[in-house]
Amino acid sequence: MSIKITVISQLQQIAENEKKNLPPLTDDLVLLDLGLDSLAIAILVARLEETLGLDPFTESDDAFYPVTLGDFIRFYENAAQSRDVDSRQAR
Amino acid sequence: MLPNHATSIRDKLGNASDCVGRCLWGVGAGVSLSDLLRGTTLGGRLPELSGRSVLIATQDQLAAGLALVELDGVARRVVICPPDLSSDHLPSVIARAGVDAIVSDHDLHARDVPVRVICRVPVTPADGVQRDRHATDWVLLTSGTTGAPKLLVHTLAGLTAPIKSSQHQGTDVVWGTFYDIRRYGGLQIFLRALLGRGSFVLSSAGEPPGEYLLRLGAQAATHISGTPSHWRRALMSPSARAIAPRYVRLSGEIADQAILNALKAFYPQADIGHAYASTEAGVGFEVTDGLEGFPARLIGARGEVEMKIEDGSLRIRSARTALRYVDEDGTALMDHEGFVDTGDIVERREDRYYFLGRRSGVINVGGLKVYPEEVEAVINRHPAVRMSYVRSRRSPITGSLVAADVVLKRDPTPSGAGSQIEDFKREILQICHAGLAAHKIPATIRFVPALEVAAAGKLARHHA
Repeated sequence: MSIKITVISQLQQIAENEKKNLPPLTDDLVLLDLGLDSLAIAILVARLEETLGLDPFTESDDAFYPVTLGDFIRFYENAAQSRDVDSRQAR
Repeated sequence: MLPNHATSIRDKLGNASDCVGRCLWGVGAGVSLSDLLRGTTLGGRLPELSGRSVLIATQDQLAAGLALVELDGVARRVVICPPDLSSDHLPSVIARAGVDAIVSDHDLHARDVPVRVICRVPVTPADGVQRDRHATDWVLLTSGTTGAPKLLVHTLAGLTAPIKSSQHQGTDVVWGTFYDIRRYGGLQIFLRALLGRGSFVLSSAGEPPGEYLLRLGAQAATHISGTPSHWRRALMSPSARAIAPRYVRLSGEIADQAILNALKAFYPQADIGHAYASTEAGVGFEVTDGLEGFPARLIGARGEVEMKIEDGSLRIRSARTALRYVDEDGTALMDHEGFVDTGDIVERREDRYYFLGRRSGVINVGGLKVYPEEVEAVINRHPAVRMSYVRSRRSPITGSLVAADVVLKRDPTPSGAGSQIEDFKREILQICHAGLAAHKIPATIRFVPALEVAAAGKLARHHA
């Protein structure tokens, strides 16, 4: 499953638990406009770590806090890419 | 009665003419401090509250703040209800704190409380009637093991002891905090604003962070405080550029290097400090060197605040700590030398100490405490669960999250294992949603074959 699909399906699951209707999920949608509080975003990050094995917030050297859904997905895609590069170099 | 040396907030504010131009800004309304000194939000009923133990239970934060200014020095005791106090706990709070009057901005049902006063913004003019003066106890609530709140007695002198008159006192200083002022961290900022010469922008429960940032920006807020979680969320808002603070303060949770660096990069003009404080121990210290943890020389140093480490946890003695729990004499709060055990485990690495987590396994989710036992009791209600172990899981967004390890009474049948596990997970989460506040619900649930049980037959809890 692509990272984008995983992020969106986890997001939908959390919104469903919180009985929240999500607006159309476009790349320029501001994360905080999803109606999810920081607890919900923290849960999203924890579940993504379990499913993708990735936590770019903790792994990256530069502190970065994504503003839009597109930023958020790219943050994960970039982390996945550099992990793949690292594992190839390690071989 | 008020001893001669004690002063109330009103005494500290001075005359109405000294406060011209100073405001407390709420969501809809702003209140000028000079109007408040010449008026009331209590509909002329302040004299009835003289000498009483008054519960302040409002929906609106500003209403609570205004009532505090009016009641300090008049009531014998103010009991400050945080916004999320469950109505189940209200009767026991009223009984333990000897509450005999309630100030509220809504219809609050509480039996056996003789006096009820409605408080309303805006302020209406009132005569400056001379009243009996009292040294008011300030009672703050913080969560306890079983979910029932602990009630801590402070005084205004103790609460304001960390506030230095030389600091942050310009007439152009505008304070703001993402915290609720009915919790210790937010109350510190409220008092800083009142004792200074500037104004204050209050946040509001349920207000989206972006909108609060815009209101802070509109009032040109200069001094802004919040937990590391509040600040991470602020930096995820497109409105983070609406503010240009000169001073950024973090407290209530462990400030990690990532959030300190991110704030420095985002607000390069700001001084950034992280403070250590708790409802029990008061403000311990503030660190301003931009690094996580705190300098080792603070331990054992003589001064206004003395700190020691015993059994790995930080202990604090100062005039800023709470005096006692409301229903005891202080011996349960302090050791025989007057030190309060913060329960926070620290570790020394070279010339600095770092926070590792809580001794009792208490989980700090974005500044809110979670006792694992309370969550375990709810999970264990599921008929298929033999036992559970609730622990802290690190989160780059809220510092920590609640995670649960669950042992089932019997292994799922091999044929339907996957879906049965998913069903159990969903059902456990449903029970948690029904019985627990959102921050206490496990973010992740893992099914494990067994749990480590210590010699005494209790679950082995490790430091976070």
